[in-house]
Amino acid sequence: MKKKVIYELKGLYRDNLRVTGYEFGKGKKSVCIVGTMRGNEVQQLYCCSQLVKKFKQLEEEGRIASGHKILIIPSCNPYSLNIQKRFWPIDNTDINRMFPGYDLGETTQRIADGVFKELMEYDYGIQFTSFYMPGEFMPHIRMMEEGYSKIETALKFEMPYVVVRKVRPYDTATLNYNWQVWDTEAFSFYTTTTTTIDRKSAGQAVLSVMKFLSALGIVKYQSGSTAKESRVIADTEMVSVRTAKSGIFEPLVKVGEAVEEGTPLANIVHPYEGTIMETLYAPTDSRVFFMHTDPLTYANTAVFKLVVEDE
Amino acid sequence: MCVKRRKVDDMIKTVASVGLPVDETLAIKKRRITPKEKTKGMKRISIVTGIHGDELEGQYVCFEVARRIEEAFENLKGIVDIYPAMNPLGIDSITRGIPAFDLDMNRLFPGNIEGNMTEYLAAEIVKDVSGSDLVIDIHASNIYLTEIPQIRINELDEEKLVPLAKEANVDFVWVHGASTVLESTFAYSLNSTGTPCLVVEMGVGMRITKEYGEQLTDGIFHLMEVLGIWAGKTKKPRVPIVSKNPADVSYLNAAVGGLFVPKVNHWEELKQGDVIGSIIDPLSGKVLDEVKSPVDGILFTIREYPIVDEGSLMGRLLRKEAYKQ
Repeated sequence: MKKKVIYELKGLYRDNLRVTGYEFGKGKKSVCIVGTMRGNEVQQLYCCSQLVKKFKQLEEEGRIASGHKILIIPSCNPYSLNIQKRFWPIDNTDINRMFPGYDLGETTQRIADGVFKELMEYDYGIQFTSFYMPGEFMPHIRMMEEGYSKIETALKFEMPYVVVRKVRPYDTATLNYNWQVWDTEAFSFYTTTTTTIDRKSAGQAVLSVMKFLSALGIVKYQSGSTAKESRVIADTEMVSVRTAKSGIFEPLVKVGEAVEEGTPLANIVHPYEGTIMETLYAPTDSRVFFMHTDPLTYANTAVFKLVVEDE
Repeated sequence: MCVKRRKVDDMIKTVASVGLPVDETLAIKKRRITPKEKTKGMKRISIVTGIHGDELEGQYVCFEVARRIEEAFENLKGIVDIYPAMNPLGIDSITRGIPAFDLDMNRLFPGNIEGNMTEYLAAEIVKDVSGSDLVIDIHASNIYLTEIPQIRINELDEEKLVPLAKEANVDFVWVHGASTVLESTFAYSLNSTGTPCLVVEMGVGMRITKEYGEQLTDGIFHLMEVLGIWAGKTKKPRVPIVSKNPADVSYLNAAVGGLFVPKVNHWEELKQGDVIGSIIDPLSGKVLDEVKSPVDGILFTIREYPIVDEGSLMGRLLRKEAYKQ
């Protein structure tokens, strides 16, 4: 294991910002794994820390195939993590909207540039990332439609779901998009939570990355489980359940739960009087893929995304 | 003391509203002022501001436009729609984006009527403003930089918008390159669907620069005259510098983090090598960097917020070649 500072920015009154990477194995740039870009992505940090621990063990046991280099960057943004702020401390910009970066540009463009120079040219890129809305997901791989990344590669993670989505204008400045521009197959890895640590889905992520790298011949790892097939779905196939009212959000199911048509999913409770203003029901037999988690909700919000199970 | 207002034909309308979780309704409002005598096919101008909650320069312009119309209401020949607060929660909480969502509202357009609260609001706004003969979307840079009154135009709309921008009494018209990320802005959504929209940047966040507000208001009245909305006498607009070449603009990014102390004035002409300011370290008492002008030019952006990180923008210069032609 080689620990190295990938990028450093001098602070005025704070310690320097250091983006630290952990390198395992020697050889061509095979796999790069990136964690936190935003200061609230604690689960993403935790997942990477568990992977660093695992790769250290694999390296010590000689289970990383020769000719392969793996780089893990648990956090590109310790400054925001340390003050519990989602975006960049001074100007509130999002590093994951600054790629491929610019070395003479603004601060977060420079960070993106400094980091991307190290991250590019890997065969595969995995980013542990978060959704813009507060909520919990069923763990899954998410990828962009019509990019450089291939669905058959995503299947090697053996996650229950691979979600394929259309590229939107803002995507063009994300790490995932730019990795693909420079010929890296890039995948976003969503575990259950963001601001809290969920050990189960973090463990699932470690196992899934091991299966992925094992299938590619980069590490020797036997999960002991039988190979699982992922279901590939478009994000547009999911059924959104929206609130009609704003109020207190009282969930009645859990993420991952199978629900039958008509199952009450959540109540929207009057914030002063405690009465139920609205009950949301499952419109079809399905599984809860995403659930809003904030205690308050706005009207017109897609608080659930359901996956209709295959026949 | 209550100032007596002149009677005008106006109404305040809610463009979009949603109930918030606890005993509050979020409403985006506009004021429509119409002439006494309505004519078929009369033109409409929309004054829009407050998409970014920390940009307040447009607030004064909204007030001043309405005040001057009331003063000479008989000159009004078209419709004036004033939207002072596209992001009311942001304005009320000194938040640039939409509070709670931490989203930049100007990356949500054209929105989606069936979408979540933010997308729904964006879609209703676009629906209401669309069809205007001209939209002025007033921004105030951000809290870090002060801008000379300027209009920014996507190169895709250059032909249509530069002639209008020249009538707006701004100092500078900046035609910039097209960018995919900017396709979700309010202006892009309107311009790409046939409603001309000029984006004004002036002043600085969280402040009102009255002089700029009056300058732009003069420009808006002149544009109203050009469009046939205002029959009164308006001031001849100043001739702006128009820049279409990306190489015209030189950026000053901090070489090091520290406290930036400027030594020059905004909109000052500088020669290459002139000292613009210093980046100092109050702890050690050292000057960390002396910021010098990289070119001969005029400083149209200057940093207002003194703390800089390495890379923070401290200013922008328009090269001399761009305005001495």
